[in-house]
Amino acid sequence: MRDGAAHPHIRMLTVRNLTKSFTTPEGAKVRVVDVADFHLDPGAQVALRGESGSGKTTFLHLIAGILRPNSGSILIDGAEMTSLSESGRDALRAAKIGYVFQTFNLLQGHTVLENVLLGMSFAPGGADGVRARAMLGRVGLSHRLRHFPRELSTGQQQRVAVARALANRPKLVIADEPTGNLDNRNTAGALDLMKEVCRECGAALLLVSHDDATLERFTNVRDFTDINRMDNASRTPWGQPRKPGESAPRIVE
Amino acid sequence: MTIPLIIYRSLRQHALSTLVTAASIALACGLLMTVWMVKAQSQRAFMETSTGFDGVLGARGSELQIVLNSIFHLEASPGNIKVSDYEQIKKHPAVKTAVPIATGDNYRGWRIVGTASEMFTGVAYAGGKKYEMAQGKIFSDGEHAHEAVVGSFAAAQLGLGVGSVFHPSHGLAHASGHEHEEEYRVAGILAPTNTPADRVIWIPLEGVQHMSGHAESAHSELSAVLVQLKARPAGFQLKEYYKRGERLTFAYPATAIIADFFNKIGWFDRVLALVAFVVALVAAGSVLASVYASMSERQRDIAILRALGARRGTVFSTLMLEAMVICALGAVCAFAVYFALMTGVTELIREQTGVVISIMAWHPVLLWCPLGMIALGAFGGIVPAVKAYRVPVAETLSPLS
Repeated sequence: MRDGAAHPHIRMLTVRNLTKSFTTPEGAKVRVVDVADFHLDPGAQVALRGESGSGKTTFLHLIAGILRPNSGSILIDGAEMTSLSESGRDALRAAKIGYVFQTFNLLQGHTVLENVLLGMSFAPGGADGVRARAMLGRVGLSHRLRHFPRELSTGQQQRVAVARALANRPKLVIADEPTGNLDNRNTAGALDLMKEVCRECGAALLLVSHDDATLERFTNVRDFTDINRMDNASRTPWGQPRKPGESAPRIVE
Repeated sequence: MTIPLIIYRSLRQHALSTLVTAASIALACGLLMTVWMVKAQSQRAFMETSTGFDGVLGARGSELQIVLNSIFHLEASPGNIKVSDYEQIKKHPAVKTAVPIATGDNYRGWRIVGTASEMFTGVAYAGGKKYEMAQGKIFSDGEHAHEAVVGSFAAAQLGLGVGSVFHPSHGLAHASGHEHEEEYRVAGILAPTNTPADRVIWIPLEGVQHMSGHAESAHSELSAVLVQLKARPAGFQLKEYYKRGERLTFAYPATAIIADFFNKIGWFDRVLALVAFVVALVAAGSVLASVYASMSERQRDIAILRALGARRGTVFSTLMLEAMVICALGAVCAFAVYFALMTGVTELIREQTGVVISIMAWHPVLLWCPLGMIALGAFGGIVPAVKAYRVPVAETLSPLS
């Protein structure tokens, strides 16, 4: 196989005819994702504009292999995600994808350094203390290695999440409203840092957000509603942003 | 290092519940090992403690009672026998040694046994070991010597040394029983034997027979005769011979009588073992409850680990291992519980019977009980592990949009 990263014709991410439906608690089938064609070149940095309920998180979960689509194809660096078993998808995700969540999803019982090490430990390279420290140094947290997430500011937690997502040298970083919990002053800095670090690591960055302050940091911004052919009627019943603590609707795959 | 780190942090995060659960495992496992060891070892120790005699001639009655009274110095004798009975069996061609004993007195609750000095000179009490004096000498036989040899444990407990004097009291137990006039002087202290002899104050046979206040008939009476045989089969002939008479019982073989006794109290062992097993099951249940209780708050952590690329199998084994680690912690601490309990129980058995049970002895239960607890822990870990296995990653991580 030719080197995917070096060859312009082999894309970092190629999505084709991807569909995903959920069954509502009432038994109705709702199509949430219907993406005919979407791709990302190696090292590209693309932001998707999407409102709550537009299916963007589901789209990212599908790309990361956390969810299985009903139909369609997802090629990650030449590997077909949809044809893999669950453990194959776990392995592919560990090896190729870094994920930054809106709520950062740091492991509260583990130190900053351990969070980054755990982020690396499921990939083929395994946990590498030198690399983890270097990444935390890159995001300016060398002095916080032994701290627990609750001892950090929100901005610092976000940087831990960025370090964790990139420590493993992923080919693709997925960020889901990564600045959603930051104030405006921190947002720009956090995004610039994330973009820089992705560039340094040679990772493509796919970010989704509804926030204009976030989106304006990107030159390549696309509307998710243009990509996703989900019909408006299907935005209910969970098209509205859920309140904190409210549980997710039951998903029947 | 990933899984150990996750387990370590989780146990630290739930330190209190970890400690309480491990402690309950330690108690259960320690209790189980103690019950098992005391049961296994006491039976063996009692059977080995025939103090060198094959059989006992006593008054007609229960063989067990005769053995307990004359060899273990427990219980009362079923009655007295005549000195002529002793002289008769002593002359029997199959008898190697016959040592008379007479009981009925005590000093501060410690049993006084009248015997012949032959007891200390002519008999190996266990595996060829003969009685030795730690201090002083053996008493002089005879009615007027008023000398005593004191077992090591009794001497230590009573604070008696060579030259100490005491007045025997009537009766087997320390009651308000009346004190005899005679004053006895300690001639020697026995070296420890780890047998019931350690708990006894030995005086010359004639001393008991002629103790002031004892009936006139006591002068020609004994409690029992301890018998060593030249050849074992002769014991059954003697047993048959005395059975045909009406006054006497030859308790033989002494070890079989003790074994029979343990068989009779076997139900008690089984009840204890059952209780210990139930405690072990409850402990395993507590592992399940403790790990399961932490699951609701860990659901998210597990989903995060899955999103970082951990497989279902990995989180499953992490939870299983965590339950096993809690049990392993408990199993290690169980040895502290075990040694503490064993120290108490063996001391109690020694005080009550003179039989010494070794704390340091090896028995397979010391291996399979801790391993069994860890296996039970794994069993208890299955339920939370299955729950971790089933955590829906997408739903748990992010709101749908």
